[in-house]
Amino acid sequence: MTESSDITRDYDLYLGCVAPNRYPMIEASTVQVFKKLGINLHDMKGASCCPAPGVFRSFDIPTWRAIASRNITIAEQDRRDIAVMCNGCFGTLLEANHLMNSHPDQRTETNAILEKVGRQFEGTVKVRHIIDILYNDVGPKAISDMVIQPLRGVKAAVHYGCHLLKPSETRPWGKDENPTFFDDIVEASGAESIDYKDKFMCCGAGGGVRAAIKDVSMDFTREKLSNMKDAGVDIIVDCCPFCHLQFDLGQVEVKAMFGEEYRFPVIYISQLLGLAMGISPYDLGLIATKDKPPGTPPFIPTEPFVKKVVEGM
Amino acid sequence: MVLIKEQIKKIDKSIVEEVVEDELLERFKSCYQCGTCTGGCPSGRRAAIRTRDVIRQALVGLDDDLLSSDLLWLCSTCYTCYERCPRDVPTTDIIIKLRNIASHRGLMKGPHLAVSKMLIETGHGVPINDEKWSNLRKSLKLTPLPPTVHSFPEAVKEVQTIIKELKFDELIAYGEEVKKKLAEEEKKRAPERIEELEAELKQLKEEAGK
Repeated sequence: MTESSDITRDYDLYLGCVAPNRYPMIEASTVQVFKKLGINLHDMKGASCCPAPGVFRSFDIPTWRAIASRNITIAEQDRRDIAVMCNGCFGTLLEANHLMNSHPDQRTETNAILEKVGRQFEGTVKVRHIIDILYNDVGPKAISDMVIQPLRGVKAAVHYGCHLLKPSETRPWGKDENPTFFDDIVEASGAESIDYKDKFMCCGAGGGVRAAIKDVSMDFTREKLSNMKDAGVDIIVDCCPFCHLQFDLGQVEVKAMFGEEYRFPVIYISQLLGLAMGISPYDLGLIATKDKPPGTPPFIPTEPFVKKVVEGM
Repeated sequence: MVLIKEQIKKIDKSIVEEVVEDELLERFKSCYQCGTCTGGCPSGRRAAIRTRDVIRQALVGLDDDLLSSDLLWLCSTCYTCYERCPRDVPTTDIIIKLRNIASHRGLMKGPHLAVSKMLIETGHGVPINDEKWSNLRKSLKLTPLPPTVHSFPEAVKEVQTIIKELKFDELIAYGEEVKKKLAEEEKKRAPERIEELEAELKQLKEEAGK
């Protein structure tokens, strides 16, 4: 349990698509870690795709805003702020919430649509990325107090991703080209964040590029992986399921497309913190159980990382 | 000369108007073409997109060339240019707006149309469409289906109602129609070369599969 008692302890957990439907270890580990920190993440019943900013916002902004606003009204009915695990979903829900709150014309237009499904956007909840909650509410100090198995000797390439930070005018940490808050959370686990070239560059998945122009998308990823390798890291730590997919499955794809082989275990922040807090690596999806179906992630095994930690490096 | 005048007349009512129609984007016209956006663009490092040029083309109204090219879809929406613009031009949002204009002319990319159909059918852009995903959830002690639209059929109906009200389904159908038409025209123009390329692509895919 953390020291401060005045923080919000109940959120609606917005799942999105990639976390629950492709990388459920992200969902499982987040719920467990937050429970340990004394924060309850509740089901956001009937939530849909955020909808994804790359494709749906690009096709039709009114549809994007209406579906995003519908998702927000679910949390409004539950009277809880929204916790988000994905940078893309965070971008969509935060921006839509901001537009609906600051532009009465757009709010009127979208509410007329929402009325057809018996909903109204009221503007009563906040949209928060779990990194925001971990850093600004819980704090790295309280997190490190919970660590019983420090990840000493682990060299991590921290990947912030884009929509956690930008556009900065609506983000909680303001304008900063070289922030350190995510590194501070990672280092609370005992791991070391290693600087690498173009650390704040995009993973290549966003904007619909992964779906439509795969070779360009994978070339972003290849460049990041190469820079991480040069810096001598052991693992990649991220806070977005889509970046996570791009790095995990992406290492297989980079090998097929460019003939370059990388084997970095890709670890979501809750998996990293969960391991340091003593949660079972099986429950965190870091060691595969015998029930794990073939052809499912992680595609780069995370067991070697767990083994290293347990053996004390 | 007449042609140029016609062209200029066309420019008056072209993309510039459509973009600045949106009050959020009115700073569009203050771009002074410094190229800071292009300089920081991670996609421009490896592909043909030159953000400064996209903005310039949109400003002078060369609609069809820009809207039907791949350029707009090479942006990963990382917002680096947006953050760095010395004139506070919301560059990334302008690219998104241009994509909206292209989409409403039916100029979408095939894989994006496929993701859209998923959303229309299920409420998820990336749905559980194979038993293995539910089994993976179960192996992590989660419910086989998440508590999203996947567990609430009435929620899927809500999303579909919103989509119908805003005619998003019609937009996607239009995109597919245009795509089909363009492919047919292309085929008429160079049937042999298309067949050749298709065979080549098939072979490459097979190799990648190995």
